[in-house]
Amino acid sequence: MANFYSDIPELKFELENPMMERIVELKERGFREKDEYAEAPQDFADAMDSYEKVLDIVGDITANTIAPNAEAVDAEGPHCENGRVRYASKTYENMDAMIKAGMNGLTMPRKYDGMNMPITVYTCANEIVSTGDAGFENIWSLQDCIETLYEFGTEDQHKRFIPRVCAGETMSMDLTEPDAGSDLQSVMLKATYDEENNCWRLNGSKRFITNGDSDIHLVLARSEAGTRDGRGLSMFIYDKRDGGVNVRRIENKLGIHGSPTCELVYKNAKAELCGSTKLGLIKYVMALMNGARLGIAAQSVGLSQAAYNEAIAYANDRKQFGKTIITFPAVYEMLSNIKAKLDAGRALLYQTARYVDIYKALDDIARERKLTPEERAEQKKYAKLADAFTPLAKGMNSEYANQNGYDCIQIHGGSGFMLEYACQRIYRDARITSIYEGTTQLQVVAAIRYVTTGLYSSVISEFEQVEVKPENQAYMDCIKEMAVKFNADIELVKSAENQEVLDLCARHLYEEAANIIMSHLLLQNANKAPELFAKSLNVYINLAECEVMKNHNFINRIDAAQLDSYRK
Amino acid sequence: MSLKIVVLAKQVPDTRNVGPDAMTPEGTVNRSALPAIFNPEDLNALEQALRLKDENPGSTVTVVTMGPGRAAEIIREAMYRGADGGYLLTDRAFAGADTLATSYAISTAIKYIGDDVDLIIGGRQAIDGDTAQVGPQVAEKLGLNQITYTEEILSCKDGKIVVKRHIDGGVETVETALPVVLTVNGSAAPCRPRNAKRVMKYKRALCPMEIPAGQTWADLPYADQYEKKPYLKLGQLSCADVNADLNQCGLSGSPTKVKTVENIVFKAKESKTLTGSDEDMNGLIQELLANHTIG
Repeated sequence: MANFYSDIPELKFELENPMMERIVELKERGFREKDEYAEAPQDFADAMDSYEKVLDIVGDITANTIAPNAEAVDAEGPHCENGRVRYASKTYENMDAMIKAGMNGLTMPRKYDGMNMPITVYTCANEIVSTGDAGFENIWSLQDCIETLYEFGTEDQHKRFIPRVCAGETMSMDLTEPDAGSDLQSVMLKATYDEENNCWRLNGSKRFITNGDSDIHLVLARSEAGTRDGRGLSMFIYDKRDGGVNVRRIENKLGIHGSPTCELVYKNAKAELCGSTKLGLIKYVMALMNGARLGIAAQSVGLSQAAYNEAIAYANDRKQFGKTIITFPAVYEMLSNIKAKLDAGRALLYQTARYVDIYKALDDIARERKLTPEERAEQKKYAKLADAFTPLAKGMNSEYANQNGYDCIQIHGGSGFMLEYACQRIYRDARITSIYEGTTQLQVVAAIRYVTTGLYSSVISEFEQVEVKPENQAYMDCIKEMAVKFNADIELVKSAENQEVLDLCARHLYEEAANIIMSHLLLQNANKAPELFAKSLNVYINLAECEVMKNHNFINRIDAAQLDSYRK
Repeated sequence: MSLKIVVLAKQVPDTRNVGPDAMTPEGTVNRSALPAIFNPEDLNALEQALRLKDENPGSTVTVVTMGPGRAAEIIREAMYRGADGGYLLTDRAFAGADTLATSYAISTAIKYIGDDVDLIIGGRQAIDGDTAQVGPQVAEKLGLNQITYTEEILSCKDGKIVVKRHIDGGVETVETALPVVLTVNGSAAPCRPRNAKRVMKYKRALCPMEIPAGQTWADLPYADQYEKKPYLKLGQLSCADVNADLNQCGLSGSPTKVKTVENIVFKAKESKTLTGSDEDMNGLIQELLANHTIG
């Protein structure tokens, strides 16, 4: 039987990264729960074995329930009835399977009915589900909003909400409004304190809310009357059981049809504060968004895997001029590029997830006891790396998912344009990934300071110290050459001392950094597992070198005098 | 009302995914080339049992499977999905059993489990033999009511069960008193997936047969766990444990004799070559219309 985990050996390879030892050590705190919970691991090997078994279940459900349902879910979509969302009928089947399998609250502590799994494992589950149906992945993966409630909520809120999410209740993050998309500082949903009932009340509307009829909402609202910027915003928890929020309509979208995108109306809805007032946007939503961006990166990699699966199956099957089309260089080049971008993007995704795991586990330990100076330094280091890598992983993988969806259709030729093949759904579903949770352009904004402060450059020079086998030395030299260009480009742009020149070159510098980092990660992978990655490494370095050259040439052209031809 | 439920399940070669080496040259099943799986309709049976357990708190679901040591995987698989435990019925004396000897052995195991079993639920038939005989024979040997082709249990209370059966041309609803043997059809609800926490909890559960030769529980990895968690030691029953009459077991208890095995290979018997001429095309269209392939 098909299994979307065990059929893809690259996933197991990523799961077995040496950093996992530290992650598990931090997550399990010396395996202190081994006698308290029957499912808790006894040691590192036991934990890894359990992770793999859990992913095997996700792979099984995805291959045998979620993926076969994807077409019907895409065709039927959700409906809005009397202010409530009714999912496509097969969506309920998917949800039921995932709930029965216990795939909710994966990363939450066991005392709240979670499984205390690393974010890396959850990310892998996320990628797998997305390979089957990216729209369903949205609904399921919004469970990671609970991370934010766990980080900033009170113990009482933990006790009341986390077990519900672990039991399968859904979540949403209600941020966007008609006039507040990328610019969340403009959020106007009003939160007022109801002295009589000792609770907050929400009034106003939200738009584009993914899974907006969920059971538990995290809501960004203006608690400070008279303010107009981000400092007047707070985060609230709205419990659907209390009522007061209705779905006005569901958007008709290009893709991810299974995932209901809602317009919400709040009428005096009872809510409770999460964390402190005024930190809603500047602290909590930033944390929420970073988690969500990692989720979209995983969704994108899943879509790239789906695109590759469909493309290679068709190319092996389709005959033209008396030969299967996979034998034509024009076709196999496209396939190889899909695979190379998939492998490189996946390496970046899991490297990012591992960074997130280490700093978040240390954050969690810090809630129990004071960290040692070494642990504090470690926390700081990985928090920064996570912050720097998340926009790379999200931006690049979402762009790759789009490119791979495009090439997947191209390989299908005319048939790909018809609606019978899965490639058209993958192409449509991929389109949103480079838009929501911050467009690629906003990922560049988040990442550019790490270009100019030299963080990426120092990561790259650390990667250059990694020893590689003699047969891979030429690749290392090639990547070093790219880094020389990248560092020169940073200096060049900085020397212009013109913010607009920097802004115009930012995307190009960002891509250079990402291409070089992904080249290194793929080189490290190929060095350990040539049977999985040697071909992709070669193809990716060819691609990355062209990309870096392209961006290098562009950056070298741009100065203040050029700006005028670009301005509109 | 809590129920004591026994599920009958079999490990079978996956005959649904047959490759070129699925059969030996002698025409028998090449078991090593086919993965061993949980018989599909036994999974439907397990789901029915687990639903009854969900609806009747305090109920237990015990799996009984007959086979070699590796068949213990069936018990673990069932536990991952919600069963409480199980027994591997295993003994050299059981080997070579046909359906009569199998149902005898299983009926002795059920007697061993207790005379208070409320329901015995199995799949309609196994995909390796396709006989659909074991369930009904078990009912006969135990003198119990039986309902075959079960598609849905509509209710189970006050010692009575109402079942929707899948029969030729429709469905039939029947009622009977417990205890009862049900055989479940593939059209019944599919089995729930493995549950993550249960997999982590039971992944090391073993039958004694599975311990490598010359070793004991104490020699296994994580040996202390078997001491601390008795549920990791799965039940295992031999011929002697269940007081079975040797003459009714295995080959000696099997009246079925296989005379010959015929290896059937489908081949195209005749072919016709047509040209692109109007005459040939018209002829083909007429022929396809006449035998109702088209039209």
